[in-house]
Amino acid sequence: MSDPEILFGIYCPPHPQPLLTPEASEGYGRLRDAFETCRKRIEESEADLILVYSTTWPSIIGHQIQGHPEPEWVHVDDDFHYLGSMPYKFKMDTEFAEKFRECAESRGLQSRTVAYDGFPIDTGSIVALKLLNPDNKIPACIVSSNMYANRAETIVLGKSARDAIASQGKKAVVVVVSSLSNRMFTEHIEPAEDRIHSAKDDEWNKKILEFFGDGRLEDLSQLSREIHGQIRVQKVVAYKPAWWMSATMGQHNNYTGEVLSYEALHGSGGAVVVLTPSKGSVGDKEFDEDDVEHYHGDRGVLDAGSL
Amino acid sequence: MAKGEIVLGCLAPHPPHVVYAENPEQNEAFAEGGWETLRWGYNRLARKLKSIDYDAMVIFTPHWQTYIGTHFLGLPKFKSKSVDPVFPNLFRFNYDISVDVELAEKMCEVAGESGIVTKMMRNPDFRIDYGTITSCHMLNPEWDKPLVTISSNRNAHYYSPEVMNEQASALGDACAKAIQESGKRVVLISSHSLSHRHFVTESPLPEDMSREHIYNHSQYVWDMKLVDLMRDGKMKEVIDIMPEFTEQTIAETEAGGLTWMMAAMGYPEYPAEIYGYQSVIGTGNLIAAWDPLEATREIVL
Ligand SMILES: [Fe+2]
Repeated sequence: MSDPEILFGIYCPPHPQPLLTPEASEGYGRLRDAFETCRKRIEESEADLILVYSTTWPSIIGHQIQGHPEPEWVHVDDDFHYLGSMPYKFKMDTEFAEKFRECAESRGLQSRTVAYDGFPIDTGSIVALKLLNPDNKIPACIVSSNMYANRAETIVLGKSARDAIASQGKKAVVVVVSSLSNRMFTEHIEPAEDRIHSAKDDEWNKKILEFFGDGRLEDLSQLSREIHGQIRVQKVVAYKPAWWMSATMGQHNNYTGEVLSYEALHGSGGAVVVLTPSKGSVGDKEFDEDDVEHYHGDRGVLDAGSL
Repeated sequence: MAKGEIVLGCLAPHPPHVVYAENPEQNEAFAEGGWETLRWGYNRLARKLKSIDYDAMVIFTPHWQTYIGTHFLGLPKFKSKSVDPVFPNLFRFNYDISVDVELAEKMCEVAGESGIVTKMMRNPDFRIDYGTITSCHMLNPEWDKPLVTISSNRNAHYYSPEVMNEQASALGDACAKAIQESGKRVVLISSHSLSHRHFVTESPLPEDMSREHIYNHSQYVWDMKLVDLMRDGKMKEVIDIMPEFTEQTIAETEAGGLTWMMAAMGYPEYPAEIYGYQSVIGTGNLIAAWDPLEATREIVL
């Protein structure tokens, strides 16, 4: 199969403040501006698909892909309900969703499309699609993040997305919705006084953004386990967005990286980053994590050990 | 005004599968049945509840997850459709619920006074989580009592199961005090499974009971350990081993529900009523109740 045409990738935060209250602090406003820059870039590109991987859509039964042609609802966030409601109506590429499912299954993954009126699309996907594609000019697709999936499964999911984009000849913009450090303050704070929860989180975020700025996406993918241990609240088994983004866009460091904004969102790290495939590599190193093409499920080490 | 009291505490797991299998008119999906051990247990507990005089149900749910404090439903009516994000094929439930806002505000106030970060939820577009709906529907399919949903603050994620245990018990103490001051008779509901490792595949017919079993034997042994302690009326011991149980079985107790309810009820030293145990997509689910009144306390199973 030929390489897929991925125009660029966007890494952006899931919190609703840039959508609902951009005026509440200068930082939220700057994040909103960065989303706006990305919106224009998408509009000026020849993209015919926006593919979203959202860390705020957890799944259990394999990997769920939004398959409703026009999902519509008024969403309210669990924590930030007082900031307001988020009415949405999106245009989904249902043929792509089916193709993506098929490609995921052919690589050994459990996957299904979901197409139900009133399905609760997650805060992160809503924020991203409303800000990046407000008039639904470009059809979108959203894929969930399986709670139990670890590296192999996530890499294979990314490769399935690549297969699907290539086989349909799409020109895609890849969007990963995730914070950097994800520890929020556990009490109310004034938006104007928002800051990164700790110096350690801030230092790690800046290191990650240095890699992003240098276009070193595969290096970040290789560092995922370390990032998870250092600055991710242990809600799920691993920090997966860089694995998926690299496997989807291409597992190398040949990108032009632009960090458009980095701000605190109730203590967590929110950055809007654009990665554009380019020639020439920066900072290649020897990748020591295994690459994987096909998902074979659990390896049954307990069974093997009892022989 | 007479002192309010907790008239029953219920451990009420909320896999949407049990509502799906009951085929209530509110749910859009259709099932050929399934999970009878749980459903019949629920039916029996619902009959017991009919014989109890109470004003409101207060439910602690893992599926309204908050990180910035503990939140309480704060509007009198919510009417909409709840679609389970994980099992949308099974659960698309049209609900119309009433909230005891006065009681919610009282609990929020007393919890706040005791140093807990709290918030009332007053957005009319807010969607009620499927944990609340499943547990409340199975316990009271007539939906003729107001309820209060309390969000689960995820201390286990941010800190540890030990911190979760301490925070949830402080919240339980505060809610008990608020209930006393309210003068109301209240049923507490702790909505969750015990062991909580899911299969990540689903059989073509989800209610095909030939495919249903616990994820692994270790989960089962831990679940039974807890059931034995509950039968023996050793709830303090259950809560003491809660951090280890939660870690070992990725239990849904991580949200703090059981700890909250047991603290509010003063860690009962009398036997729990056991209504049923069954696995749902690999997770371990127990229905149990704590009846403070010895005269009506039963040995059910
Ligand atoms: Fe649950």
